[in-house]
Amino acid sequence: MAPATDMAWCPGCGNLMLHHAVKSALHELHIERKNLVMVSGIGQAAKSPQYINANMFNGLHGRALPAALGIKLSNRNLVVVVESGDGDMYGEGGNHFIHAIRRNLDVTVIVHNNMVYGLTKGQASPTSQRGMITPVQLNGVLLEPFNPLAVALAMNAPFVARAYAADVEETKEMIKQAITFRGFSLVDVFQPCVVFNKVNTYQWFKENTCYLPKNHDTRDRIAAFGLAIGPGKLPLGIFYRNEERDIYEDLLGIGNTPLYQKEAPDEKAFQAMIEAYR
Amino acid sequence: MFHYLHDLAMVFGGEAGQGLQTVTETLLRILKKGGYNLFSCTEYMSRIRGGCNTTEIRITDKNRKAYLGRIDMLFALSPLAVDHLESRISPETLLFAEKEKFSGKWSEQCIDTPWTKFAHETGSAVFTNTVAAGVVLGIIGTPLESFTDYLREQFAEKGDDIVSKNTVAAKLGYDFGRRTALEKDILLPPPTARESSSRLLMDGNAALGIGAIAAGCNFISTYPMSPGTGLLTFLASKAKTFGVVVDQAEDEIAAINAALGASYAGARAVVTTSGGGFDLMQEGVSLAGMIETPMVIHLAQRPGPATGLPTRTEQGDLNLALYAGHGDFARAILAPGTLEELTEAMPHAFSLANKFQIPVFVLTDQYLLDAITTIDAACIKQRPIAESIIQTGADYQRYALSDDGLSPRGVPGYGEGVVRIDSDEHDEQGLITESFVMRHRMVEKRLRRKQLLRETALLPTIIGSLEEADTLVICWGSNRGLLEEVLDTLGNKKVAGLHFCQPYPLNPIVATLLENKKIVVVENNATGQLADLLSLETRSRIPGRILKATGEPFTVEEMVNELNKLNHA
Repeated sequence: MAPATDMAWCPGCGNLMLHHAVKSALHELHIERKNLVMVSGIGQAAKSPQYINANMFNGLHGRALPAALGIKLSNRNLVVVVESGDGDMYGEGGNHFIHAIRRNLDVTVIVHNNMVYGLTKGQASPTSQRGMITPVQLNGVLLEPFNPLAVALAMNAPFVARAYAADVEETKEMIKQAITFRGFSLVDVFQPCVVFNKVNTYQWFKENTCYLPKNHDTRDRIAAFGLAIGPGKLPLGIFYRNEERDIYEDLLGIGNTPLYQKEAPDEKAFQAMIEAYR
Repeated sequence: MFHYLHDLAMVFGGEAGQGLQTVTETLLRILKKGGYNLFSCTEYMSRIRGGCNTTEIRITDKNRKAYLGRIDMLFALSPLAVDHLESRISPETLLFAEKEKFSGKWSEQCIDTPWTKFAHETGSAVFTNTVAAGVVLGIIGTPLESFTDYLREQFAEKGDDIVSKNTVAAKLGYDFGRRTALEKDILLPPPTARESSSRLLMDGNAALGIGAIAAGCNFISTYPMSPGTGLLTFLASKAKTFGVVVDQAEDEIAAINAALGASYAGARAVVTTSGGGFDLMQEGVSLAGMIETPMVIHLAQRPGPATGLPTRTEQGDLNLALYAGHGDFARAILAPGTLEELTEAMPHAFSLANKFQIPVFVLTDQYLLDAITTIDAACIKQRPIAESIIQTGADYQRYALSDDGLSPRGVPGYGEGVVRIDSDEHDEQGLITESFVMRHRMVEKRLRRKQLLRETALLPTIIGSLEEADTLVICWGSNRGLLEEVLDTLGNKKVAGLHFCQPYPLNPIVATLLENKKIVVVENNATGQLADLLSLETRSRIPGRILKATGEPFTVEEMVNELNKLNHA
């Protein structure tokens, strides 16, 4: 049965373009729906999996990454894609974001980064620019914005990219690379919120972003970090790619048999365990 | 003359880091082999070095599983132990201590026991623990060979020199103990337990953990917190052998959300924590209720609120388990009270969680988890656990409506269907909905299972005879051993006991058991949380409550006094 398509997003929302890019990427990679799990938290962006005909874990606010961890460790054959917003991933789920990178699980994390809270109607998000006026931050945002790419690079995330949703083709390509990458892959996606963010508009993104220089070496973590914190226009593209890092599933020794297929403990081993107490 | 014909209570006191645990573990193992009935419990401070920790070991003629306040023999490795245990030391207590170390504290009651002197004679202070164990075994009169055999086994890898020095230290201590026993005319309960090889010696943590393995538990994500950590370390130690996935989470919120992700994908997932950590997990309980995903939660209680007394014991979190998580949904709470019940708790919790697709709590506490006693090996079996997972068809709907409210549980990747779960209110497919009609159906669906859950709830264990009794003493969880001993000691047929190993939901039969009886509820908390629950369920006031919330378990003597007071009232 096809899922309902009564989308909860506003006309002109960046979510719509990003959703198109995600669907195209999944389609072009021929990922079987029964082996794909879309995981999300709460927020407008976190509704994305509702509009994809695949397995879905639409959990609690900020908790997409812990849920993804449990799913992947229980069945590593599944393709796990996490899709959520900047508030969900960098605010409510900030601690999980840091520790998920430390683990380096083979999951893809797509963050709808519109620099504002949409579902709660226009308050500052962790990535809102300083000075942005909102119904709560009446004198403008006072806090330094969270820099997801710099944080991810500092934690040695092995795949770090930034896309702009309005450029559907480039976004799709980055997502495809992220999904096929073996390890934790982050694609932070800029996107306008046409209702609540009057600062970071389509025009603003057009003027304030640029693609990474062609000669950027994606194996150079320090250069990537410099670009992530650098002044001037905000670069888009794959900042860093390191295929050397071991993935958590391998480090834990997780086999290919999903946990639901695991047989009852071996009786001999069970008796041996008990013998130790005799 | 010191004759302990039915019951001997020994207490070992020392600073953290002095090796107290090595001494008591050694003694328990050897005494168990010798066929003694044993019970041991431990209280310790929240520190790594110093302070004063104590362990009680009881040798009894009958099978006893409770904490005794009286101290017949105190083995004080540090003068601090004497201060710490002041209220429990009586003029009859034999106080074994080393004079040299007790300068200001020395009293006539003390028996100069030169464990460090003997250790130094053997070669080094490291043999103090062996001397100490030797002294105790000498007093008891266990054959010295059982100790030296044990030492040979323990230290085999360390070489002949270490083995022979330990043997010398053991003999020095043992001979001292024997002499003292003869001088003081000490007599003990004989070894009356059944043939020792059929019994296993373990603590509550091991029993709980073995149960988890028996239940096929294969996933644990947890943030460490006393006294809940024991299950985590147990399963971590068995991970390789039994294929358990172990993840130490960044916090308790991550732990339970990861466990729910795992359960969604088909794992048998457990989390373990204590009250403060569980506070953080509550959103996950609510999520489990909403997404109808099995979740087993081990909630190891310690005194709260907040950080409370981190290493102490209490039964203060029944209400927490009962009301945790917003919204209406079904749950079950188990509260094992013996090693046998601890081994059965996890298999039963997983069965309930799988069958009813709900969160299930296993409530324990520090006292129960750290207590060491024996269990019949035949009690421990692997049990097939009801598995609710099905292979999905192409038109699979995770929340298909049904008569009993339960839908077949599919997992992603198994079958042709897709499995969608949503923390939002959802339709049968698992997709978000704001339809009031669907909301109503889903609320009913989630609650309908409560009826069968209630009807199949475990009945309380009856201690004594309900027919003859006019007074019913009720307890739950770790107080079972206490109630059994106290009722046996009182020997009053008018007083019977009920132990609840499933405090929630209560089987409808419970109300009839309580009819026309004077009810007294015994709980290790400040308000009487089970008493409140029973009042609610049976629609009657239960004023009779014996409560203790000092961070210590009840002593047998306290409970005897309390019950005697009731009889005279």
